[in-house]
Amino acid sequence: MLNSKIPAGQLDLKWTDYKGHCKLVNPANKRKLEVIIVGTGLAGASAAASLGELGYKVKAFCFQDSPRRAHSIAAQGGINAAKNYQNDGDSVFRLFYDTIKGGDYRAREANVHRLAEVSANIIDQCVAQGVPLAREYGGLLSNRSFGGTQVQRTFYAAGQTGQQLLIGAYQALERQVALGNVTMYTRHEMLDVVLIKDKDKAGNEVGEAKCRGIVVRNLITGELERHFGHAVLLCSGGYGNVFYLSTNAMGSNVTAAWKAHRKGAYFGNPCYTQIHPTCIPVSGDHQSKLTLMSESLRNDGRIWVPKKQGDNRKPNEIPEEERDYYLERRYPAFGNLVPRDVASRAAKERCDAGYGVGSSKQAVYLDYANAIERYGKIECGKLGISNPSAEVIRKHGLDVVKEKYGNLFDMYEKITGENPYEVPMRIYPAVHYTMGGLWVDYELMTTVPGLYALGEANFSDHGANRLGASALMQGLADGYFVIPYTIGNYLADEISTKAISLDHPEFVKTEKDVRDRIEKLMNIKGSQSVESFHKRLGKIMWDKCGMARNEKGLQEAIVEIQQLKKEFWSDVRIPGGISEMNPELDKANRVADFIELGELMCKDALNRKESCGGHFREESQTDEGEAARNDAQFSYVSAWEFKGESDWQLHPEALNFEVAKPTQRSYK
Amino acid sequence: MEHYNMNLTLKVWRQKSSKEQGRFETYQVSDISSEMSFLEMIDVLNERLIKEGKDPIAFDHDCREGICGACSMYINGRPHGPWQANTTCQLHMRAYKDGDTIVVEPWRANSFPVIKDLVVDRTAFDRIVQAGGYISVNTGNAVDANAMLIEKDKADAAFAAAACIGCGACVAACKNSSAMLFLSAKVSHLALLPQGEPERKSRVLNMVQQMDKEGFGSCTFTEACEAVCPKEISVTNISRLNKEYIIAGLTEEK
Repeated sequence: MLNSKIPAGQLDLKWTDYKGHCKLVNPANKRKLEVIIVGTGLAGASAAASLGELGYKVKAFCFQDSPRRAHSIAAQGGINAAKNYQNDGDSVFRLFYDTIKGGDYRAREANVHRLAEVSANIIDQCVAQGVPLAREYGGLLSNRSFGGTQVQRTFYAAGQTGQQLLIGAYQALERQVALGNVTMYTRHEMLDVVLIKDKDKAGNEVGEAKCRGIVVRNLITGELERHFGHAVLLCSGGYGNVFYLSTNAMGSNVTAAWKAHRKGAYFGNPCYTQIHPTCIPVSGDHQSKLTLMSESLRNDGRIWVPKKQGDNRKPNEIPEEERDYYLERRYPAFGNLVPRDVASRAAKERCDAGYGVGSSKQAVYLDYANAIERYGKIECGKLGISNPSAEVIRKHGLDVVKEKYGNLFDMYEKITGENPYEVPMRIYPAVHYTMGGLWVDYELMTTVPGLYALGEANFSDHGANRLGASALMQGLADGYFVIPYTIGNYLADEISTKAISLDHPEFVKTEKDVRDRIEKLMNIKGSQSVESFHKRLGKIMWDKCGMARNEKGLQEAIVEIQQLKKEFWSDVRIPGGISEMNPELDKANRVADFIELGELMCKDALNRKESCGGHFREESQTDEGEAARNDAQFSYVSAWEFKGESDWQLHPEALNFEVAKPTQRSYK
Repeated sequence: MEHYNMNLTLKVWRQKSSKEQGRFETYQVSDISSEMSFLEMIDVLNERLIKEGKDPIAFDHDCREGICGACSMYINGRPHGPWQANTTCQLHMRAYKDGDTIVVEPWRANSFPVIKDLVVDRTAFDRIVQAGGYISVNTGNAVDANAMLIEKDKADAAFAAAACIGCGACVAACKNSSAMLFLSAKVSHLALLPQGEPERKSRVLNMVQQMDKEGFGSCTFTEACEAVCPKEISVTNISRLNKEYIIAGLTEEK
């Protein structure tokens, strides 16, 4: 039976009450307790730094060559916080409510409220660390608005917010490394968790097995290593790369979470994937990844397609009255700032109906001509230029747009070879974020005692759709402000647990299982590359479990994935050896897990016969083609238990809304 | 922009491990689209090598959008290739034309030993940060973020320095393998902000000491580093570093 451990009491007092009553570990005992952290993005680095500061003995692992390379670094737009610096009506409650609503009422109220509560502390903490967030001339912090909200609560550092926040957390982490509180293992990949039961005084095993360590592969030498921890934190990010093409980094993978899942950690809402509306379209079969253009571009850019199907004119040749600003038309209240899921589906709808642009016709325009003119006029007003010519207005407008979005425009030009100051950008939705992840309770613990999941790796805060600028907030909330409290509540009962020998039979067995699997993979010696399997998996997932899903497609996908899995395990070719740096072997390990995950995602999508957030079931839509949620039947979190190959059991966790009463979302 | 396909000759540095001698291998690649990224072109070559039963070329890469700093190829004598303010992963094949020969090497610096092929060990950068590249503040109840006003110009300058992605192109470009641009970016970022004030002197002294210990060379101000920096980190940061270092050296009372 799932126990989400949500504290009793009034919603806005739960976290305060929890903090006032959770168990504490005294400093002398903290020194004896070891914590393993897998992944060093915002969640992992902030947790490692904070737990190291508290005095725990921390070991942190990342597969990259430095913790600073984790993919949080690529987040562009910003981080939300309920500071209400702009006096525009924001509050903790508003941020909570927007997040619950934006998540289409599929997130837990208590978790989301806590997130909103600590959001303001995050900004304070980051500024104290020296994170150079954008400022106004008066020296105060600057804010902007982001999709799905009507207040300006997003803090940012040009288009590099993730980078600056991660560097802040990375520096805090490296400081703890220097102080000897954190040991950092770079180019190490976790390949399994080790579960061990406690023993009573008589030496008999008692209770549920607890997570007591991990087995990792040193990616330089290929050696396997065993590491003990009183608790293990998985901060290993999301699984968007199951689609092959996504905005995730090439190395982003599900392996750590998947190994935990196979060892007993339930997987929550695997089908909830965020397809981000503003990415650079696919250019050809060679494509290895997709690039996001920050959602902040929707603040000033206008999205349109021609009113005529198959219009092949250049965008600048299409007059104003022949353009369809379809988001402004369909959703006048929010316009171009509708949440991501709504914007993505609207783009797909137009392209599927034959109005797409560019050579592939799988793209829509994001146009800045209007913003350049608007800003130009404001600047001319400020400078006291009366009756400015169109040219002067444009010049001043360009300066403003360059200052605000210059690095994004440059990135677009590098990739496409087109100048977005002159020609509208072409954009199309792409896989970006996964709301699903390991199921965790209020304390961020999975269904395996002592095993935690933080950040994108867990499922807990974004429901079926994440709002822009909320991922950075959640990663840092979990690492800086939640886990330092909740882990104490568990470790307080572990102070007499001695470090378990790495020769314990469970360590030996787990390492052997990992070794056997690697040898099995290497011995297949088939004919097809790992990459080719990954591409095929991605195509199945995108076509049948992507922006829109239906029963028939999902059933087909499951069969196709099972077939692909068989083929992978009989015909994959991995060059090189085991005891050396072997990126193809690393990839094979990851793709093998993605294949299994893909099947579960389709199974979850099939089970959820409603449309909600990023999960659009074609059978469940309103007469106007909007997503139709079904609260009567599906107001629950799907937590899946791994029972064996292709075999899962569903454990629904009912969602209770005491404060934010579910309504059909409307952005009209 | 018109798209086109091309055939190219690649000369790539291959080295099995840090212990073994490396050498250049020559590969012909054909039908490369001008729309591909440089790394996608290497992907195509690697797929072919795997099919032929050969060892693919190992190289560092991750985000492929110019921000993680992992990619690190020395292309035709220039870190990250021919484009200005660019990383290898953002370089696209329209920079080349049919028949071109492209030489690809790893970063060359004693402090960045080769691990395999084009992959080098840049952990020296992490150790330089460990020596003081931070502000010593624990997680907790920091004061309200707007309690401290920071001039926009200073905040912008700190941000411009903090934009460094730690790729190491500056070291690779420098004839002395100096890490001064990297180090100066971090020192500048923190010295420009009031939060960095308390540790200002010890930070610069300790970080420079660590840089020397890692074996990076001295700076003779050729400005090659700025020319190849994908984030256009300015050499004025090095001037600021020198100023900070001298003042700290003269006035630090430890």
